[in-house]
Amino acid sequence: MTVPTLTPRLTPVVSYPEALAPTPTHYCPGCTHGIAHRLVAEVIDELGIREDTIGVASVGCSVFAYNYFAVDFAQAPHGRAPALATGIKRTSPDKLVFTYQGDGDLASIGSAEILHAAARGENITVVFLNNAIYGMTGGQMAPTTLPGQRTTSSPAGRDPATQGYPLRMSELLAQVDGAAYVARRSLHDVANIRRAKKALRKAFEVQQQGLGFAMVELLSSCPTNWGLSAQDSLEYIRDVMVPAYPLGEFKVPETEGREAR
Amino acid sequence: MARALLKGNVAFAEAAVRAGCEAYFGYPITPQTEALEHMAKRMPELGRAFVQAESEVAAINMVYGAATAGVRVMTSSSSPGVSLMMEGLSYIAGTRVPAVLVDVMRGGPGLGNIAPAQSDYAQMVRGGPHGDMKMIVLAPATVQELIDLTVEAFDLAERYRCITVVLADGSLGQMMEPAELPPMRTPRAADERPAWALTGARGREPHALTSIYLDPEQEEAYNLELQATYRAIEAAEVRYVEERLEGARIAVVAFGTAGRLSLTAIDAARAEGIEVGLFRPVSLYPFPEERLRQLAERVDALLVVEMNAGQMIDDVRRVTRERVPIRFYGRTGGVVPMPEEVLEAIRGLHAELVREEAVA
Repeated sequence: MTVPTLTPRLTPVVSYPEALAPTPTHYCPGCTHGIAHRLVAEVIDELGIREDTIGVASVGCSVFAYNYFAVDFAQAPHGRAPALATGIKRTSPDKLVFTYQGDGDLASIGSAEILHAAARGENITVVFLNNAIYGMTGGQMAPTTLPGQRTTSSPAGRDPATQGYPLRMSELLAQVDGAAYVARRSLHDVANIRRAKKALRKAFEVQQQGLGFAMVELLSSCPTNWGLSAQDSLEYIRDVMVPAYPLGEFKVPETEGREAR
Repeated sequence: MARALLKGNVAFAEAAVRAGCEAYFGYPITPQTEALEHMAKRMPELGRAFVQAESEVAAINMVYGAATAGVRVMTSSSSPGVSLMMEGLSYIAGTRVPAVLVDVMRGGPGLGNIAPAQSDYAQMVRGGPHGDMKMIVLAPATVQELIDLTVEAFDLAERYRCITVVLADGSLGQMMEPAELPPMRTPRAADERPAWALTGARGREPHALTSIYLDPEQEEAYNLELQATYRAIEAAEVRYVEERLEGARIAVVAFGTAGRLSLTAIDAARAEGIEVGLFRPVSLYPFPEERLRQLAERVDALLVVEMNAGQMIDDVRRVTRERVPIRFYGRTGGVVPMPEEVLEAIRGLHAELVREEAVA
C-alpha cells in the first residue's frame, strides 16, 4: 500500500494585501475601519499601484493610518487632508493620491477644503468614513449625527432646532461640477462590503484616468461610542443609518452607467 | 541681468520663480496680491503648480502637501492671512519639511488696514504657531534685499528642513525701485527630490511624514532634535547690517523699512554732529545677539525704532541686559514714521546723554 503524499497542494484564495502593513491596528473591536483599510489595500494591490500611491491621513481615529498602509503617507491637520492632497498631486501628477477622513474631519472642520477640492476637480481619491460621531475624542456630536441621536455633546439627543441637521456630504458634493465620481456605500454586511470595494476601485480608476475628484463615503460603525455591541452596531447601520444616508452612486463619469443601488 | 525698476511684490515672486520654486499656493490679500497675480501667470507658463486656494488655511496646507512631496514651495500673504496660517506652519515645522512664506505686513490688529506695519514681529519671531518651534525670519529693507532674501529663503529652508519667513511690509511690497533679479535656476528634476520625500514607496520602505508622537518621551526626543537644528541655525545663520557705527555713541536698532528710514535720520543727525549709527538685524530669528551685545558695550545708548508699539525692543533689552539706556520710538497702526520724527528721537536721546555728562 502506498502512503499518499502529505505535501499540501493548496492554492491560496485569499492572502494579506501587500499594501497593508502587517501591524495590529489600535481600532476598537467591531470598528469598521479595519474593513475599510483592507478594502483600500486590496484595491491598491489589484491596480498594481502600491509603489505609486501617496496617502494622506487625517485627524480622528484614523490618524495613524500611515502605520497600517504600506504606502507613502503624510499626516494632515484636522480637516485639511484635501488641501495636502492638492499640494501633493499638483506637484506629483504621476502619483495616485488619496485621503482617508472621518465625518468630523471631512464634514465639519474640513468642509471648506473638501468642497473646494471637489470644485477644482482635484484629481484625488477621497475615502470618507461616516459613523455619525466623533470617535477619537470620545463620542461627541458630529455634523452627520442623526436627529435624536445621543452623544456626549448632545446628551438629550440631537435637537435640530438648536443643533442643526445632519449633512449628507455625498449628495452635496455630487452637485459640484468638478466631482467625477461620488458614491455612498456601507460596511454592515458582506454584500455591501463587496459593493464598497467596487466603488473604491472605481474611485481610484477615475483618478488614474484623470477624470477629476472622486469620493466614496462608507457608512461605518462606532460600537464604543454608540454603546452597542459589534453586531448591534452593524444592525444600527442597516436599520438606522442607511435609511438616513441612502446608498448609491450620486455622480459617475459620463462614459459610465450607474451601478444599481 | 540688468537692473530694472521693480515693484516689491512682483520682484519677490519672480525671484522665487528664478530660485526654482516649483509650486505656489496663495489667497488674495492686500498689500501682497501682485505676488499671487504674478505667480498665476508665470507658474503655469513654466509648467509649474499654481493654485488660488479657498483660504489661507487651505493655501498653507497645500504648501505643506507639496513640501512633503519634496518640491520647492512657497506662499505669500499679509498679516490677517498669515494669522490663518498658524496651524499649517506648526505642522510644517513639526514634520520638518521645508517651506517659504513671504509676509507683507500691514496694520492690525483685526482687519486693521492695508498700510505698512511691523506689528507681527512677535508673532513670527517668538511663536504664533503652537509648540516649541522656530522659523528663520529674514527682514529686507529694500526691494533688492527682498529679492535676495527670497532666493536665500529657499536654500535655508532646504538646508535645515524648516520654514523660512521673509518678513516684509506693505511699503516694500508696493514700492518700485531699481533692483536686479537673479539668473534663472533650473528646478530640480522629479527624480532629484530629497531622500525623505513622499515619492511613492518604489523599492524602499514607505515614508510617513507626521508630527504626532503620543508617547511624551518620544515627542520630547523629537523636540530635542528640532532644538538641535535651531542651535545650528543660531550658530550659522545670523545676518545683520551695520552703518555709520564707527565711533558712534548712539546706535539706532531697527529692522526692515524702519531701519532704512532711520538711516536718513542718522545722516541728518551726523550732519548736526551727533555720533550715531545704525544696527539693522536682518535675521530676526536667529537674532544677532552676540553682535548686539558687543555693540551695547561700546555705545552709550540705544534707540529702538519700529513700526509697531515696541516688539523687537524686548529682544534688545534681553540681549543687552539694559547695560545702556534703551529708548524707543515707534508708530503703529500702519503709520510709517517720518525720518524727521526719528531725528527728533535721536536728538532727544543725545540731549539726555549730554545732560547726564553735565551732572557727572
